[in-house]
Amino acid sequence: MTQIVFYVFATVLVLSAGMVVSARNPVHSVLFLILAFFNAAGLFLIAGAEFLAMILVIVYVGAVAVLFLFVVMMLDVRFTRMREGLQRYAPFGAAVGGVLFAELALAFGHWRIAANIADVPHLVPAPGRTNTAALGDVLYTHYVFLFEACGVVLLVAMIGAIVLTLRERPMGRRQNIDRQHERTAAESVEMMALPLGRGVAELGGFRRPDKSYYVASVPGSYGVTAEAVPQAAPAGDDRKGGLGQ
Amino acid sequence: MTGGLGSIGIGPYLTVSAILLVLGVFGIFLNRKNVIIILMSIELILLSANLNFVAFSSALGDLSGQVFTLFVLTIAAAESAIGLAIVTVYFRNRGSIEVEDITMMKG
Repeated sequence: MTQIVFYVFATVLVLSAGMVVSARNPVHSVLFLILAFFNAAGLFLIAGAEFLAMILVIVYVGAVAVLFLFVVMMLDVRFTRMREGLQRYAPFGAAVGGVLFAELALAFGHWRIAANIADVPHLVPAPGRTNTAALGDVLYTHYVFLFEACGVVLLVAMIGAIVLTLRERPMGRRQNIDRQHERTAAESVEMMALPLGRGVAELGGFRRPDKSYYVASVPGSYGVTAEAVPQAAPAGDDRKGGLGQ
Repeated sequence: MTGGLGSIGIGPYLTVSAILLVLGVFGIFLNRKNVIIILMSIELILLSANLNFVAFSSALGDLSGQVFTLFVLTIAAAESAIGLAIVTVYFRNRGSIEVEDITMMKG
């Protein structure tokens, strides 16, 4: 029974891995990659590595493959051009793959586990421990420094990815802190005397005292350049502000 | 010596892993124009390494293999995050992700 399950998982794994590298559409490739990871998780389960199987499903299917899917769908790539070199490279790749597989078959064919392997010290899980608990026992004792190094690697990868993709947006809205602190109530708030029953819109609308508003923001914020501010203000009154004071 | 693997034995695991490795290498050669598929092929290669680690760990009753699989998963996740970030930035600058065009830094 276990053998049947194993061969089902293995067959689907190999077929979907083949589809990953040969699918016409990269979106299909990512979906087949997800299928491959699911089946690899099944193989892990059969081998008794429950924790790693769950990690594979959660981390790979849940995070990495979805990240791939995001990038494939975000980039507006013409996929037809992507396939142009396929016929040219297929024989070469097949030759390299065939040689590699033949060598691996040769190596595995003449290889066996040493008879005295039991003499080597092993990290045997304590009897009665679940796989997850036993893995935690080992990970936080023998391999604690490697574990922390993995944390550093992930931190570096996170910061690196953010630094690589962060872009200074001209539309970013930031305050000029000094100007903001210099503002007074008199130049920031416009008091209007409104007759009863009439709104601001009928009196020409609310106009922001631009001396205080754009001035308090860093040039380039709100999509307004420093030169454009005086033109944006209505002419003919004392609201000419801008940065040129 | 097929401790945790039951009736399957280690041979089929190694065969599946070898096929996965070969498919990953083949994918790198096949998709010379698409960096994203190359990254996915690298994921397949790392998955085959993980499969080997888990199979030997189970066959020998030694947990070290599973711990190292955990580390390989970590490194693979970091690698794909950085790789996809580079692909995104490259596409923003050049408008294509064809590997053959990436010759700006002629070494």
